[in-house]
Amino acid sequence: MKKTVITVVGKDTVGIIAKICTYLASNSINILDISQTIVQDFFNMMMIVDTSKAQKDFDEISRDLEQVGQEIGVVIKAQHEDIFNMMHRI
Amino acid sequence: MININEVIETNKMIEQENLDVRTITLGINLLDCAGPDISEVNNRIYHKITNVAKDLVSTGNRIQREYGIPIGNKRISVTPISLVGASACKTIDDYVSIARTLDKAASEVGVNFIGGYSALVSKAMTASDELLIRSIPKAMECTQRVCSSVNVGSTKTGIDMNAVKLMGEIILETAELTKDKDSIGCAKLVVFCNAPDDNPFMAGAFHGITEGDAVINVGVSGPGVVKRALENVRGADFETLCETIKKTAFKITRVGQLVAMEASKILNIPFGIVDLSLAPTPAVGDSVAEILEEIGLEYAGAPGTTAALALLNDQVKKGGVMASSYVGGLSGAFIPVSEDQGMINAVEAGALTLEKLEAMTCVCSVGLDMIAVPGDTKATTISGIIADEMAIGMINQKTTAVRIIPVKGKGIGDYVEFGGLLGHSPIMKVNNFSCDNFINRGGRIPAPIHSFKN
Repeated sequence: MKKTVITVVGKDTVGIIAKICTYLASNSINILDISQTIVQDFFNMMMIVDTSKAQKDFDEISRDLEQVGQEIGVVIKAQHEDIFNMMHRI
Repeated sequence: MININEVIETNKMIEQENLDVRTITLGINLLDCAGPDISEVNNRIYHKITNVAKDLVSTGNRIQREYGIPIGNKRISVTPISLVGASACKTIDDYVSIARTLDKAASEVGVNFIGGYSALVSKAMTASDELLIRSIPKAMECTQRVCSSVNVGSTKTGIDMNAVKLMGEIILETAELTKDKDSIGCAKLVVFCNAPDDNPFMAGAFHGITEGDAVINVGVSGPGVVKRALENVRGADFETLCETIKKTAFKITRVGQLVAMEASKILNIPFGIVDLSLAPTPAVGDSVAEILEEIGLEYAGAPGTTAALALLNDQVKKGGVMASSYVGGLSGAFIPVSEDQGMINAVEAGALTLEKLEAMTCVCSVGLDMIAVPGDTKATTISGIIADEMAIGMINQKTTAVRIIPVKGKGIGDYVEFGGLLGHSPIMKVNNFSCDNFINRGGRIPAPIHSFKN
C-alpha cells in the first residue's frame, strides 16, 4: 500500500477539514492519520491517507484536491509518502 | 509514521528554499551506432536516442507530480562522439552533421541539453579526436542543445599540452562564430582534467565508455536549503557549522536517491549514481556564494573563502555519501560565476578575481566555470588558464574544468547576458602577461609521481 500525504496550508476558517473529508469519503480514500498545527499564524494540516481503494488515479485526486483548496482559499498538496520517509528516516 | 513537522520541513525546503532535483540525465551508449557511412551513422544515432529516451521527459514529469519535488531538467548524455564518428567522419562537416542529429534528437524527445560532443585526449589526440575538436566551433554555432567537452589531462596520463594549445584557439573561434549571441557557444564547451564518466551535469556530461548501454544518473541541488539551515546556527563554532551542512546534505541527497530509483524503475534502465552537488542558479536564494557569506564572509572572494569552500565541499560529500547507494559525478559545491547571483555581486564589488577563483577550484568540485572575459583575450592566454587549471586537477587527483567565455566585442566594465540557467555576468579581468613561449612548446606534461600506484 502506497500511502499519500495530503498537506493543507492557509488561513484558518470554518469547514476546511469537513470539505476535504467529504471529498476523500466520496472517493473511497481512507484517512489513516490526521494532525494539525499553527505555524506563523498559518493553519497547517497533514493527513496520511490510503488511496488503494480509490477509483481515480493519483493525478486526478491531486488535481481535484487542488481544486477543493482553491474553493476554500487554502493550498492543498498531495504527495507520495516516500519523499518524507526518505528524507527523515534512515 | 511521518509527523507533521517533518512534512512541513520538507515542503518548506521545496517551496521556499529552492530544493530541487536539478537533473535526471539519461546516459546512452552510441558505440553500436558506429559505421563507415556517415548518413547511416546519423540515422542510427537519431533512432537510438529517440527510442531509448522517448519516455524520459514524461517520467520526470510524473515523478515531479507524485512526490511534489521539482525536477529542473531532463537531459541526455551520449558516448563521446569522437569515438562514435571515428570511422565515418572524414571532414569537419561530417562531425557537424552528427551534432545536428544530436540536436534534432534532443528536440524530438524534449530534453534541454544533450552532452557528449566530446573527445577524450588526456595523452594525445587521434586524427578523429582532432577533427572533432576542430569541428566544435561550427557545431556550437549551428545547434541549440548540444554540449561539448574535451578531456585534456588526467592524474594517470599527465596533460596533453597540444590539446590545451588547440583548445585556446577553439574557444576563441567558438566565441567568434557565436558573437551575435554574446559568444554563448563557449558556455556549452568545457575543458576537463580527470573527467568522470558518470557526470549528469552539463555542459560536461558524456556517457563514459565504461558504462552500460543506458543508465540513469541524477544530480541534486539545494544551496538555498543549506543557506537557510546555516542561518539558524549563526555564530556557532565550526563543529556545529559542519554538522549542520552534513545533515542538510544528507536530506537533500535522499531526495535524489528516491528520484533516481523511481526513474530507474519506471524507465527500466539501471540506476547509475546520484551526484550530490550544490549547483546554483541565477535565482535569488539559490546561491553557493550566499552560503559562503552565511559562513562568515562579507563577499565570496574575501580572505577565508578557500577555507570556507573547502569545508563546505567536504561536508556536503560526507553528508551525501551515506544518503545514496551510489555516489558519483562531481559531487560537491559548484562555483560558476554567471549562474550565481552571489558570485556576480562579489565580482562587481571587486571582491572576487580570476586568481582567487583559481585558488577556490583547488577545493571545490569543478573549476573555473562560466567566467566571461574580454573578447580580445589571446588564445595562448586562454590556453595558459586552462593549463593552470588542468595542473591543479592532475596534481590533486581531482576533476577540474574550465568553461570560459571570451565575449566578442566586450571588455572590462561591460556586461553579458546569456539568459536562462546560464545567467549573466560582468566581464572579468584577465592577467594578460604573455605565456606564448610556454604554450607553444608542444608535447605533453608527464604524469605526476603519485600516479604510480601499481
